[in-house]
Amino acid sequence: MVVATALRERALAALENVTDPEIPVLTISDLGILRDVSVHDDTVEVTITPTYSGCPAMNMITLDIQTALARAGIKARVLTRLSPAWTTDWLTDAGRSKLAAFGIAPPEHTASRRALFGEAHPACPHCGSADTELISEFGSTACKSLHRCRACREPFDAFKCH
Amino acid sequence: MADDVLILGHRLSEWTGHAPVLEEELALANIALDLIGQARSLYSYAGTLTSHTEDQLAYLRDAPAWRNCLMMELPNGDFAFSIARLVLVSAFTDPLWRASITSTDGTIAAIAAKAEKETAYHLRHAAEWLIRLGDGTAESHRRAQNALANLWPYTGELFTDIAGDTGIVARPMSLRDTWNATIDGILARATLERPSDGWMQSGGRSGRHTEHLGHLLAEMQFLQRSYPGATW
Repeated sequence: MVVATALRERALAALENVTDPEIPVLTISDLGILRDVSVHDDTVEVTITPTYSGCPAMNMITLDIQTALARAGIKARVLTRLSPAWTTDWLTDAGRSKLAAFGIAPPEHTASRRALFGEAHPACPHCGSADTELISEFGSTACKSLHRCRACREPFDAFKCH
Repeated sequence: MADDVLILGHRLSEWTGHAPVLEEELALANIALDLIGQARSLYSYAGTLTSHTEDQLAYLRDAPAWRNCLMMELPNGDFAFSIARLVLVSAFTDPLWRASITSTDGTIAAIAAKAEKETAYHLRHAAEWLIRLGDGTAESHRRAQNALANLWPYTGELFTDIAGDTGIVARPMSLRDTWNATIDGILARATLERPSDGWMQSGGRSGRHTEHLGHLLAEMQFLQRSYPGATW
């Protein structure tokens, strides 16, 4: 039991270094996709939940998890769990602050339709102004839309509420 | 459902590099990605029930084994045609996913919960374009109206019940009123006329396809057919 707990702790520490390949400031636990880490004999089972249906980063994240654990000398298995479906509500507060510092407006706390449909405009992550406008509903990745700040005139990405 | 979203997703992906403006390039590619992702989730799940992999289901079936509606496989045509099709299809799949969120099948419910948000977003985006095209210039109006006329005979098939329906998703026929209301609302704002319901094409749901599907599959399946089992 003690051995299993220690192995799980080591796995969790190794997983702290696994980040989203498209938004490298976010770890998989910041994103809320790391759902479970459990030990079965000498193998660590990591369960993740995919974000957007077509997110191409998911394959890469699975591979990164396996690599990170292999580097730590841990035998691992990665499982995907669909239910319950991921929502941006699962982003941690730390994750939200990191996103804003990285220049991406974090999603609103409740993944509301109003926010998804851009009726509530995100605040500018650069100057903090609420006076922003939508440029494009679709951005450089599936999870982002493109906006511009009317105050500082900088364009910025926003994480879509989902 | 998986065949519908994969074939439509593949058609949308053909716009990559050809969209009228950069933002639309991103939009169509993103929508295609969502649709292909939805298809992957469904194929993976179907695969666990039938001992196939998602790749086998997508890449190793010939045209008669596909069950997508004929509308999905029609060539892209002009921008108005692609947008009008996306509106007509999303106005159907959105309530279908929404009804599936409460499916008795937990995996279907989970896939639907994600897909519904994506599809609602696609519908709004495509509808805004259709309204702009219909209510835009004489040329854009003409093209949008033309697209509707050409697509309309393929809309009936969306509502045909599916053979072997096990009741884990809503019956397509039950979504007809919702679809009518959505489409009528969009067309009114777009100043476009709703074509009258005449002869409806069908056959896709039972594997009888247009000549276009074979060409599409030839491109989509080329790699797995030429290099069986290839991975990267």
